[in-house]
Parts: sequence; structure tokens; C-alpha cells
Amino acid sequence: MTRPAWLGALAVHVALLAYSALALFPVLLVIVNAFKDRLAIFSAPYALPNAQTFTLEGFRTLQATANFPAYFLNSLLVTGGALFLIILVSSMAAFALAEYEFRLNTLTGLYLAIGIMVPIRLGTVGILQLAVDLNLVNTLWILILVYTAQGIPLAVFVLSAFMRQLPRDLKDAARIDGASEYRIYWLTLPLVRPAIGSVLAISMIPIWNDLWFPLILAPGERTKTVVLGASVFLGQFVNDYNAVLAALTLAIVPAVLLYFAFSQQLIRGITSGAVK
Amino acid sequence: MKRKPFPWHVVVFLAPAVAIYSLFMIYPLIDSLILSLQNKDPDGAVVFVGLQNYQTLFSSENWSKPFWNAFWNNIEFFLYHMLIQNPVGLLLAVLLASRIRGGWLYRTIIFTPTILSVVIVGFVWRLVLNPAWGISQGILDAVGLGNLNQPWLGLENTALPTLSLISVWQNIGIPMMLFLAALIRIPDELLEAARVDGASAWTVFWRIQLPLILPTVGIVAVLTFVGNFNAFDLIYATQGALAGPNFASDILGTFFFRTFFGYQLQPGDPYMGATVAGVMLLIILTGVLIYLFAWQRRLQNIQF
Repeated sequence: MTRPAWLGALAVHVALLAYSALALFPVLLVIVNAFKDRLAIFSAPYALPNAQTFTLEGFRTLQATANFPAYFLNSLLVTGGALFLIILVSSMAAFALAEYEFRLNTLTGLYLAIGIMVPIRLGTVGILQLAVDLNLVNTLWILILVYTAQGIPLAVFVLSAFMRQLPRDLKDAARIDGASEYRIYWLTLPLVRPAIGSVLAISMIPIWNDLWFPLILAPGERTKTVVLGASVFLGQFVNDYNAVLAALTLAIVPAVLLYFAFSQQLIRGITSGAVK
Repeated sequence: MKRKPFPWHVVVFLAPAVAIYSLFMIYPLIDSLILSLQNKDPDGAVVFVGLQNYQTLFSSENWSKPFWNAFWNNIEFFLYHMLIQNPVGLLLAVLLASRIRGGWLYRTIIFTPTILSVVIVGFVWRLVLNPAWGISQGILDAVGLGNLNQPWLGLENTALPTLSLISVWQNIGIPMMLFLAALIRIPDELLEAARVDGASAWTVFWRIQLPLILPTVGIVAVLTFVGNFNAFDLIYATQGALAGPNFASDILGTFFFRTFFGYQLQPGDPYMGATVAGVMLLIILTGVLIYLFAWQRRLQNIQF
């Protein structure tokens, strides 16, 4: 304890500030330059756009050549649909595993847990064949179903752990009142809302950001997601800095805003989901 | 339990999850493993060939060189994450766990890259590192290292380290959060007692914090392993399916993609693609089993 305490705190702040700068720098650089003309992007990359250099040219190129609103809608439908299904079917399964003692309980739990560690991507060859057989290639449905399958293992694991901690008396009281098992499940759901929030938060990012399955299962123009659409667009317009920066900005800003709005929930989800 | 009639409601509760999971995850995985044991004979009929595809992959001239190249690159990719991402993530977590003012803001900011799509991150860094824009040149000039600047992503010996570091930059938030969650749960009295006894922050870390978060160290290691041996998006988005220059940044994920779908003049091959996926599955399962049996058991021995 020879050094004064404030010096230590200062050193910690400097280190964290430095890393925060490193984390934000590339992102900010892209956003700032997306609103400048070509000359200013190269001559003064660190300057904020001003009256002379401000332009929306990149966004106009974007609008003229790629249907980003449609890509956004596809991403929303896929992510929303998959999250809805994950929560619905996983909470039902988790309820059964947590509530009833039956012979295959442990085995079913283990079977559903395989997917926590085995990445679903390794079954891609089989999934594509299945999609072809079911006539689901280039539909949003195949993405929703695959992401649901991908999300079920962790969701069941987290939700059933949470449901096991619920007090029995509540459910038994409802049973004495003559409530059906389905009704009791329905009454349980609001009690596990924090766990549902966690599952939503941890499942959402990998689905929204995925490139692999849209690229393989639904690469058609009608079913492109934002990430796939951006990836194709960026590939075509590599040398048009205005357009590229505008596309990146459009992909980054909504995600970051959503993240800042839900960061508490997300962080709780990550820490409760992965640490037993 | 006491119930006598067949518990139909249990079946109803379990059926949707088990059905979707089985049909879209387990069945394709098994189907893929079966495909890896088949191939077409010269007449075009599908025949069972046993482990011949695997043998071809490991030892035939055309297959083994790119496969082992991707395999060793993937090991290198993983080592960068283990040696840089996880220690730095731990360091950041320890700093944040010291209850510093504004900690939540730092935590939120440092986690930001993790929520962005890998495609976006790859492209952002491609721009920043592009000699045509000159950002990296400008920064190196500012610290007097201007002559060190190179087209990092375009050279064979720097492409893979650069991509690994981009991936580290993006994913560091995950180990940081997991370590932080574990560190916060250490009782304050324990740390206070050590400090009163005159222990430095260094000693507190090595003697108290690190031993107590060892289970999380194991979880982070196995998550890193699974994530890295399954990686694809960043390399594909930044370098394309050919994982250039000259396959210098090829890892198993990109190799799997090319094998399955083909590229340039080489047609896609579902049988060899399934074989590559089978090898990846084997690698990942090996890592997970080592974690479950070796690491977990050692931890138990320490505890009791």
C-alpha cells in the first residue's frame, strides 16, 4: 500500500479507456465517413462532415441498387419467427422436464443438450438435402426452422434450470383448484420472464448476424437477409467508398441502438446462460 | 408419480421441441455422417465405401494438402484466441471487477463489436487496413512506425494473424463478460481480508481470484475451441471462399464450404463435404470430451 489509491484507479481508467477507444474506433470511423464526399473521405478521414463535405450520395447508390428495406424485413421475419418458436417450444419442453418425473426425463434432457456443444453447421450437407426434399430452399421458413432447432438446446437448458426453482405450492394450489396441466404451464410463463428475456437476448444475435445458412439455404433475391444482402452488395461495390460506407452504417446503427437499449438484459442473459 | 393414466400432456409438451430439433439438427447430422461413408462408383450409383473418403482426405495428393493446410491454420487461429483474446479478456474483467466508477459504460462499449455481424466487422477492418484509404499508414506514421505498414490482409504470412486479431477484437467481449460474472461472485470479505493482510493486487489475482474462477476458465476455453473450429463467416466475408492469398487464411470452415459447393472449375462434392464435416465434428467432440473429463475431474480433485 505504498502508492496512493487514486493512482491505481487512474491507471485502471486509462487502460479501460484505451481499450474502449480501440473497440469503437473502426466503427466510428465508418459512420463519420459515410456522410462525406469522396474527396473528404480520403483527404481528411478523421474530420466530421461539414457543410461542404456532407453528402448522402452513398445512401442514394444503396437505394438505387439494393433493396435493403426488403432485406431488413426478411431478417426481422426470420429472427422474430425463430425467437417466437424457440421460446414457445422450449418453454413447453422445459416445463415438462422440470415439472414431471417420468422414465425418459434425464435421457430426453441429455438428448436435447447435445446441441449446446455440437454446432448445427456440421449438419449442413444433410440440412440442404432435407430442404430440397421438403421444397423449402429459398424460403424464409427453412431459416426459421433451422434457427429454431439451433436455439432449442440452450433455451431448454436455461429455462428448465429456472423452472426447477419455482415453488411447488403455487402449482399444487392451482391443481387443487382444478386447473389443467396446460393451464398451469401457461400460469408459469410469467414467473420465468427474466429467464425468457435472457434466452431471447442470447439467441437473437447469432440468428440476426448469421451468414452461413442464408448463403446456403436461401440466397435468392426475395429471401436475402440484411447480412447476406450487405455481403453481396459490399462485394459488388468494393471500390465505391461512399456506397460501402453507407451500407456498413446502415447495418451497424440499428444493431448498436438496439444493443444499447437492451444491454442489461443481454449481459444478464450471457452470464446466466453460459455459467451453470 | 401417483398418476395412473398415460401422461399425454408430457408428450404434448415435449413433442414440438423434440420434433423440430430432431428433424432439423440431429437427423441432418446423422444423414451427413452416413453420406461421408458413401460415394459414387464410376457408373454414378451411390455405394457404401466405409472410411475410404476419410482416407482420401488424409492422404491423397489432391485432398490432403489443402486439408492439412486448413487444419494447421485453424490450430493457429485457435492459438491466437487462447493466447490473446482470453488473457486480455480476463485482464479487462479484473479491471472492471474492481468496482471502478463508470464500469458499466466501459463494459457496454467493449462488448459492442461482439454484437455486430461478422460480415460488417470484416469489411470495416478491410477498409481500415486498405492501403488505398491509408488509415493504418496514418496511425503508424503518427507513432513513428510508418515504414512497418503493409497490406496485412494481402500478404501470405500476415493474412491469418491479421484475421485472427480481427476476430479477437470482435469476440473479446464474450470471455470478458463470463470472467466478470464469475469475478463478481467472489465474496468481498475474501478480497478485503487479503488486502488487509497486505496482499498486492497481483497476489490477490493469482492466489484468490484466478483459483476461484477456474471453472469459468474451462468454459471459456471450450467455447473458444468450438467457436474457432466452426468459424467461417469472417474469412469468407473478408477474403472470399478461396481464403486467399493462396489459401493462406484457409480454415476448416472455408475448406468445408468449398468442398461442398465447389469453386472455380472444381465441382461441389457432397460426399467429401460431409467427410470434412465429419472430421470437424470429431475434432470438436474431442475438445468437448477432454474438457468434460479431464478439466472437470481435475477441478473436482482440487475441491475435495
